[in-house]
Amino acid sequence: MSQATLRIQKISGHSGSVPGEGMYRNEKDRQVCKLIDTTTCIGCKACEIACQEWNDLPFAATSFDNTYQTLPDTQWNYWNLIRFNEQQKPDGTLMWLMRKDQCMHCAEPGCLEACPADGAIVQYSNGIVDFQSDRCIGCGYCITGCPFNIPKFHPETRKVHKCTLCSDRVSEGLEPACIKSCPTGCLHFGTKEDMSYLANQRAKQLRDHYGFANAGVYDPQGVGGTSVIYVLHDATNPEAYGGLPKDPSISWAVKLWKHPLKWLGNLAMIGGAFGLFTHYLRYGPKLEHKNGDGASKGGA
Amino acid sequence: MSSSANLLPNNRVLRYNFRERVIHWCAGVSYVYLLLTGLAFWSPWLFWIAVVLGGGSVSRMLHPWIGLVFAFAVLLMYGMWAGQMKETAEDKKWWDALHFYISNEDEKVPAAGRFNGGQKFLFWSFFWCAIVMLLTGIVLWYPQQFPETARLIAIFLHPVFALATIGLFMLHVYMGTAYERGAFGSVIRGDVSREFAIRHHKTWFDEIVRQAPPKG
Repeated sequence: MSQATLRIQKISGHSGSVPGEGMYRNEKDRQVCKLIDTTTCIGCKACEIACQEWNDLPFAATSFDNTYQTLPDTQWNYWNLIRFNEQQKPDGTLMWLMRKDQCMHCAEPGCLEACPADGAIVQYSNGIVDFQSDRCIGCGYCITGCPFNIPKFHPETRKVHKCTLCSDRVSEGLEPACIKSCPTGCLHFGTKEDMSYLANQRAKQLRDHYGFANAGVYDPQGVGGTSVIYVLHDATNPEAYGGLPKDPSISWAVKLWKHPLKWLGNLAMIGGAFGLFTHYLRYGPKLEHKNGDGASKGGA
Repeated sequence: MSSSANLLPNNRVLRYNFRERVIHWCAGVSYVYLLLTGLAFWSPWLFWIAVVLGGGSVSRMLHPWIGLVFAFAVLLMYGMWAGQMKETAEDKKWWDALHFYISNEDEKVPAAGRFNGGQKFLFWSFFWCAIVMLLTGIVLWYPQQFPETARLIAIFLHPVFALATIGLFMLHVYMGTAYERGAFGSVIRGDVSREFAIRHHKTWFDEIVRQAPPKG
């Protein structure tokens, strides 16, 4: 890990080439990853506090709802939330599912796709998707583009905020603040390759030795894989973990709007202007007074 | 408009009164602002427009407010013109002769009232597009207040209908300035020549003459 991992490989709303795209050796090796093992999370919230502290975020007023969850949802000033879910097993006993919710840092980010502001969202060669607030225009398109409901709007500054995967720490060779604070070893950080290996080993262990037949790794391919992956007790039912989408992808509406509609629209606008100009060249104006110059008659 | 006041000296005919012209230009100026900032958000190639107009954040902040101005102007236009924009049998004949209109063989185009079939089409298309733009625009203005489905529909329909208005706008500007000489003056100073009125809106002109008080 070094500052070289902060070479930019994707830019929102950008015309022209991207400075770091396809430029350097071993780009895949640089991809970092956070592994969250939901089976060993005890819901202590140390990661929530570490996130608030490192990112120097003002605290949000809590609202107690009779669960072990700090807030109903992540907020512009609360990027990391342990979602609490009580799940009834077939035998009638209960399971408490704790899931650390934050930005998933998709390989194909819907926020970046939807963003119209040049450079307001970038993806580094290490896979981190980062918001650049000075470029953000506050349109909120990223909120609609994100399949995980992560970006949150700050009504006073009119900017959108989310987890940075501590890109500032990662570029200096440190692990993200949440990882640093975890007391149970539920959180791990490393290369995507290493974390995928570790996650699969843990899932196998859960299947073979702990009776979780459906245990598996959540690394959704609909968004090209993510730089945050989960080990779940039941990978067939991610929705049970506080609404983790089963097969997330960038919405049809965003895809249609950003691809076919964009090109059809551009062609139609240019074609329309060209058509009108051609009509003028062919037929000329309808003059207000026809006497004398006679230029408005059809036929050239 | 009272018809008798429409006949002006020097063979001029009043086509749009002061109120109509002011409302038209409220809609026109606000539309151009919406078009420019909207194009900036539409394509990275055009994002510089937002920068020129005060920066991306300013453009994002003002676009919805100017959108309300445009919607309000369109509403006033509806109140002012909707009655005169009703489809008539004359319009059908006008559409059938569209190719003569396009090729400047105006003597073969049937007589039209104050607004011809094409103008009525433009009015109603703009009106319905403005309604959709307003509704989807409100969703995009405060995305966090609306469910995901509404946001996805809005984020797709807003540019679709914007493109439709751009087509209408280009047609309207072309016809109002380059193509239909005399029309631009009618929406600036308000009047057209008798020749213009007779050629393009004969039914309307005949009605004005019929209602005018006899000379002497």
